[in-house]
Amino acid sequence: MLEWIRFGIGSFFLFIGMVIFCVQLFGVFRYKYVLNRMHAAAMGDTLGISFSLVGLMIFSGLNFTTLKFALVIIFLWCASPVSSHLISRLEVTTNENLEENCRVEGKSAEEEAE
Amino acid sequence: MKNKERKSRFLQWLDGEKDIYAGNMEMRPQKEYISSPKLLSRQEHERRLLTERANDVEHNRVYRLYKAAYRVLALVFCLSFIFLLLLEVSWLPPVGSAANPDNNEVSARYIEKGMQETGAVNIVTGMILDYRAFDTLGESHVLFVATITVLVLLRKDKGKKEDNDRVYEPKNDTILQKVAFILVPMIMIFGIYIILNGHLSPGGGFSGGAIIGAGLILYLNAFGFAKTERFFTEKTYKIVSFCALSFYCLAKSYSFYTGANGLESGIPLGTPGAILSSGLILPLNICVGLVVACTMYAFYAIFRKGGF
Repeated sequence: MLEWIRFGIGSFFLFIGMVIFCVQLFGVFRYKYVLNRMHAAAMGDTLGISFSLVGLMIFSGLNFTTLKFALVIIFLWCASPVSSHLISRLEVTTNENLEENCRVEGKSAEEEAE
Repeated sequence: MKNKERKSRFLQWLDGEKDIYAGNMEMRPQKEYISSPKLLSRQEHERRLLTERANDVEHNRVYRLYKAAYRVLALVFCLSFIFLLLLEVSWLPPVGSAANPDNNEVSARYIEKGMQETGAVNIVTGMILDYRAFDTLGESHVLFVATITVLVLLRKDKGKKEDNDRVYEPKNDTILQKVAFILVPMIMIFGIYIILNGHLSPGGGFSGGAIIGAGLILYLNAFGFAKTERFFTEKTYKIVSFCALSFYCLAKSYSFYTGANGLESGIPLGTPGAILSSGLILPLNICVGLVVACTMYAFYAIFRKGGF
């Protein structure tokens, strides 16, 4: 009985992760602008992968592999949002026609540098 | 007398004191080419005529013929190529059959005697760095030569300033610096672990070196060239790569000297499973890892800045 409950919860988490990945894939190809696409991709890289890995953790039970999964989640949560942040910052600093694509508030990076 | 004079003249010419051709040969500077406006207009007219005729596709019989033949021949070529490939596939042995040619005595020997002969628990590393160590040496050299070629193509000469858009890259990003401060040591330790455990668990020089190179690139991105150049310059790269490759070369030559049967050495193999075991595999793994890590970092630095 307990095994079945564990299987159910694990597959539920895995399913949610897969759904989020599908949404991410749809968003990446649906949107045209970098920042929008980056938003969709970053969502899959953090939320989708963490749901999938939590599902796998529940499948594997309490052992050393679970700890490794937790480390993978921590690593991805450190690395993926930062890379998205860098992409967005590069876009803001290099795109000269930023106002055409999104609303800009405050000073831009070049003005700040001067 | 005459001979002596000639000799001295020759010596004079050799020392660069006197040019024996000066005054003896007819020397005339080339006349500067000046084209008349009439000639220029004629050339322009001809050029226009030529381009018009070249672009006049509809009245060009040769071009139409070529286009049709191109389509037909491309179709024929593709179909025949597909036919050949399918024929080739139909001759392949079935998947998983015991009578396949890849189930021969070589792989059987690797599996049965690999641990005993090389001392490595990981049979793949035993194969790569012992039975086929010469092949791995070539791979490391390919990486080194590739870096040198990229360096030749992309190097920016010192003192020569070129406009580039690299100055607009985000610099001194606080978020990235904080994250890199935590992640870089962990990545480095993980890469070193993979290299040192190459003969015990999956991994080895190539994968561990790639991880260390990625860590170096992250460090460079977060803190800039000023910080990395304190410990890693072009000179360091040259010294590290040269030392690693020559040590590998010497070890492999020694194995040729002893009979080219794997990398047999006087070093005891030790107990399989211990970290200091399996003879020369561990130092060779470290060599390969160093070369790969330095090459990854060098590629990135060359592509980003044109030198490091």
